[in-house]
Amino acid sequence: MSPETLPGPEALVQVEDLGVEFGDVRAVDSVTFTLERGGALGLVGESGSGKSTVASALLGLHRGTGARVTGSVRVGGTDVGAATDAELRRLRGPVAAMVFQDPLSSLDPYYAVGDQIAEVYRAHSGASRRAARARAVDVLDRVGIADAARRARSRPHEFSGGMRQRALIAMALACEPELIVADEPTTALDVTVQAQILDLLHALREETGMGLLLVTHDVGVAAESVDDVLVMRGGRVVERGAVAQVLGAPQETYTKDLLSAVPRVDAARDHRPAGTAAEGDVVVEAEGLRREFGRGRRAFAAVDGVSLSVRRGETLGIVGESGSGKTTLGRMLVGLLEPTAGQLRHGGAEKSGKGVVPGVQMVFQDPVSSLNPRRSVGESVADPLRARGDRDEDAIRARVRDLMERVGLDPAHYGRYPHEFSGGQRQRVGIARALAAEPRLIVCDEPVSALDVTTQAQVTALLAELQRELGLALVFVAHDLAVVRQVSDRVAVMRRGRIVEYGTVDEVYGSPQDPYTRQLLAAVPALDPVAAASRRAARRVSSAGAVGKELAAA
Amino acid sequence: MSEALLASEIPGAGATTAPVPASGARQFWRRLRTQRAALVAAAVVALLVLVALAAPLLTALEGQDPTSYHPGLVDSARGGVPVGPLGGMSAEHWLGVEPQTGRDLFARLVYGARVSLGVALAATLMQIVIGVAVGLASGLGGRLLDQTLSRATDVMVALPLMVLALALLAVVPGGFPRPVLVALVVGFVGWGGVAKVVRAGTISLKSLDHVAAARLSGWGGVRIARRELLPALAAPVITYAALLVPTNITVEAALSFLGVGVKPPTASWGQMLTSADVWYQAAPQYLLLPAAALFVTVLALTVLGDGVRTALDPRAASRLRVGTGRKRVGSGRKSVDTGRKRAGAGRKREGGS
Amino acid sequence: MTASTPVATKSRGLTDGLTAGLGGLLGGGFTGFVVRRALGAVITLFVLSVVIYAVFYVAPGDVAQITCGPRCSPAQVQQVSEQLRLDDPLYTRYLDFLRGIFAGQDYSTGTSVLHCDAPCLGLSYQTDQQVTELILNKVPVTGSLAIGAMVLWLILGVGTGVLSAWRRGRATERILTAVTLAGTATPVFVIGLLLMILICGRLQWLPFPQYVPFTEDPQQWAWNLLLPWVSLALIEAAKYARLTRSSMLETLAEDHVRTFRAYGIGERSIVGKHALRGALAPVIALSANDFGSMFGGALLTETLFGLPGLGRELVQAVRVVDLPVVVGMVLVTGFFVVLANAVADVLYAVADRRVVLS
Repeated sequence: MSPETLPGPEALVQVEDLGVEFGDVRAVDSVTFTLERGGALGLVGESGSGKSTVASALLGLHRGTGARVTGSVRVGGTDVGAATDAELRRLRGPVAAMVFQDPLSSLDPYYAVGDQIAEVYRAHSGASRRAARARAVDVLDRVGIADAARRARSRPHEFSGGMRQRALIAMALACEPELIVADEPTTALDVTVQAQILDLLHALREETGMGLLLVTHDVGVAAESVDDVLVMRGGRVVERGAVAQVLGAPQETYTKDLLSAVPRVDAARDHRPAGTAAEGDVVVEAEGLRREFGRGRRAFAAVDGVSLSVRRGETLGIVGESGSGKTTLGRMLVGLLEPTAGQLRHGGAEKSGKGVVPGVQMVFQDPVSSLNPRRSVGESVADPLRARGDRDEDAIRARVRDLMERVGLDPAHYGRYPHEFSGGQRQRVGIARALAAEPRLIVCDEPVSALDVTTQAQVTALLAELQRELGLALVFVAHDLAVVRQVSDRVAVMRRGRIVEYGTVDEVYGSPQDPYTRQLLAAVPALDPVAAASRRAARRVSSAGAVGKELAAA
Repeated sequence: MSEALLASEIPGAGATTAPVPASGARQFWRRLRTQRAALVAAAVVALLVLVALAAPLLTALEGQDPTSYHPGLVDSARGGVPVGPLGGMSAEHWLGVEPQTGRDLFARLVYGARVSLGVALAATLMQIVIGVAVGLASGLGGRLLDQTLSRATDVMVALPLMVLALALLAVVPGGFPRPVLVALVVGFVGWGGVAKVVRAGTISLKSLDHVAAARLSGWGGVRIARRELLPALAAPVITYAALLVPTNITVEAALSFLGVGVKPPTASWGQMLTSADVWYQAAPQYLLLPAAALFVTVLALTVLGDGVRTALDPRAASRLRVGTGRKRVGSGRKSVDTGRKRAGAGRKREGGS
Repeated sequence: MTASTPVATKSRGLTDGLTAGLGGLLGGGFTGFVVRRALGAVITLFVLSVVIYAVFYVAPGDVAQITCGPRCSPAQVQQVSEQLRLDDPLYTRYLDFLRGIFAGQDYSTGTSVLHCDAPCLGLSYQTDQQVTELILNKVPVTGSLAIGAMVLWLILGVGTGVLSAWRRGRATERILTAVTLAGTATPVFVIGLLLMILICGRLQWLPFPQYVPFTEDPQQWAWNLLLPWVSLALIEAAKYARLTRSSMLETLAEDHVRTFRAYGIGERSIVGKHALRGALAPVIALSANDFGSMFGGALLTETLFGLPGLGRELVQAVRVVDLPVVVGMVLVTGFFVVLANAVADVLYAVADRRVVLS
């Protein structure tokens, strides 16, 4: 370690008037902040706010990429902008270590996890191979990987998502950095695993006294993990301050909007008119639905004995973590997938034959792939009309314009192509297309998970409005407990292909019966830092118990 | 959010589903125009095509034709060496004459361009038609059809193009004009790569949500294939085709060089090289001209093919631009490694060298 | 590559395939993958043999006429046709052919009986020699050529590819890219021809190549093969360099490379270790294909330099329409390509178990 990185009076991170430009795009504009030793700062913002660009600038990762960096960045006493390549390499790891978003792709698939950590350690300490390997096992053990000596020899694909993120954190710990820069460290993870990783980061910080710079789009994650936050938008800092202050009493309009858009599991929700659905007005009913994938020994049931029903005018939320079978279930409900066993009744009639069901539509997760990039959005919306045999071109166009207007799009944009629209607008196009078929039921498969939180709120509001107006039945499939709570009348919680809990929103969220549901709810980040701390304590207690064993395996 | 980010990049291996926006053609030209090498190559190719098309005109201008013997211009006493300096170059015979026969070299060279380009283009067209048909059927058909066609494709990919083409040329009837025959044979044996690309593309496209949406709209299979799949497959197929043309040129030249491709009196660059080594001292241009013609043609077509690929696959283009610094969202590359492996295996070898 | 290799590997490959069939019903995991891969290879080989046999023996031309030659009288053609049992239905002839491969076969020429040992690929129409024997005799020549050239082009090609990926965006890369482009655009017979004229003819540094068996004189063997090796390797190396480079650029853009950059790992280790490892898959796949293809002979190189290998044999057989030889050579080539691909896949899976999982 060079002498200038020795602890001094200087703050750990000093960023002054930082600007980053990619070509003509100004991604970051005059950002200034400091982070004291041992402090924790959150950079919060929606996509395109420049938060990750700032994080990369701390390690000088923009060097050699063609980006233009202005202003000054000092980390641990090193002037990142002026440092030589060698100095920069000495900064990366021993002073500031980065934890990336996607733990699978962030590790080299071809080498053992332990070897990768050892390589990083060796590069900076000059230790022997044997010592480096021992060090790797040591840090893996510290981040809570059970049987670390053996698991160090595994390659990343043999780890679960949570373990991979732990391994990345272990790599960061290997050189005992003064600062950890975590770029959306839990975004790729399920909510229960997210809670564990955040707890781990918190514990490590207490233990080692290192600083944390956390980049996240999720206000809840920030509330759980940091002392101060910087709210960013369009490359600029909008608001800054202690986390309790910014989240509790925001001053800026943008921060207020952002916070009010965040769906919560604890706050009061909009009152939904109950009883719009008459008993017996069942739109779709499933009984013992089962779907297997693979053959022979590799066969597994993605959905295993699911029974449910959806009535006119109501929303059924289906919530579950990745691999719970919720998407498979949704696709079976609309007829895109055939069930291996079980019955499906649409409007009381047994589903006959294969294929899609008239009157049932779907809104898809991915706003990019759900629209054909080569056809105008108007044509995509017109598809169901043309498919059912409408021939009157003027009537079709008029109807499409109506629909576009209805979902909040400019009807004059009929001839535009998907890439000219934002993610939220594309989801609106998808909704308009679904509506064109005049469906009884729309299955929404993670319709807002690809969107920023403010856009999310707009799209869910639109869906609710349409439902009230048209008496639609909705099935809302999502991994986000808060979003599901916000939009649903009844909720089904899925785990490993089965429904573990099924009831009204108040029942499921108010007094969950199944331990898994409780565990899920406990893992949802709270917006209030005080609440977050007490919940962390609660999790720590419970993880000492029976659930803990299972969690450690994740 | 995570699943969304992962899915936001259209799945699929490499170029097979390169997202080409709606204004594809315009964007393609815009991207191609920015590549100077590709533009030069395109100009060279255009010139070559022009020469091939205007071959009769050019030879008429010279006052010669590619097949007439000029025994007076070769020295039969010395084994047929062209009379005069520089291999018989003169105002009548701009590039000299062929040893032994005295046929006009310029005429044979420009007519050779016809054979070279014509055979390669025809063969490429055939490879694409067969490959697209087989690939689509394989990707859209049932398990049995897919298995059968995939095996057949594997066989075609496994066999070296040159070996199979050479062997087939042994048994085909002699009645056809030789260049047509060569084109047919090369076209018939070289479609495996296209079929693989199309099958992979079809399968990954099939899983895209807009195809599911089209199904939910109530459209049938044919309409979906035409509206949702084929336009998206155009990019990878064109890319592949652009790289097949130079390969086919080399194969034709090689077959003719071996004496089983285009045969005299039809002129072909490869065939001109067969006996050129004997004459290199007396008539070096007899060796160098067809070699240079081949080199320039294949080089220009390869550079153009690279340019086309870059213009059609923006992701490959951005990789080559050496780090743009833009954050890459998600990656969803769980299957990419094996996908890439296949891509390597799918590359059709151009032969026994 | 000894003379017995093809035979031994062939029968072993097939028995492996059969045991694989049983294993396929049981297997998951790695064994399952190997078994499935082997089974796939066997099926491909079967399809291959059927397709080849059908294509060549139902070819548009009249086999008897072609075989007999243009000057044969109708009676002679008839005799040849009987001899070849061309009147039997195709599938019986195919089954006989298949039986010949496993059990050997006897051919009656009218006056005498010629025995053809298993694996029998038939007898040459021209010389009545066993095709298998004919092929085996040529293997050392092509093998000598292939091994030397392959070592050269792998080193040269992969090295160039790595270097240009490492030096991307700099002058070195631009030069290497231009050179490899020129290499891919040059047919091997052009570069070979030019090199031969220059080095053997003008400068007289090397002899005009003439095959000398390794067992006879290793030094002369290498000396004579040097030029063919270099010619073949130069062209192939260009192809490998392009593939390696594009594959490396792809892995260099991956997230895990960014991780190691962010941890201060030097560019040399990133390119030479992490990126190269990820980029090898297509290179290995192509090498396997090329290795297998070599059993079709290095057609152009052998013809150009007059080396009496498999390629030249094939060209000659094609010229005189010696069908059993042609079919036999195509089959053997296909066999080795399929085999090499399967072996490469399995070896690759050993190195990277994720292949198995996906």
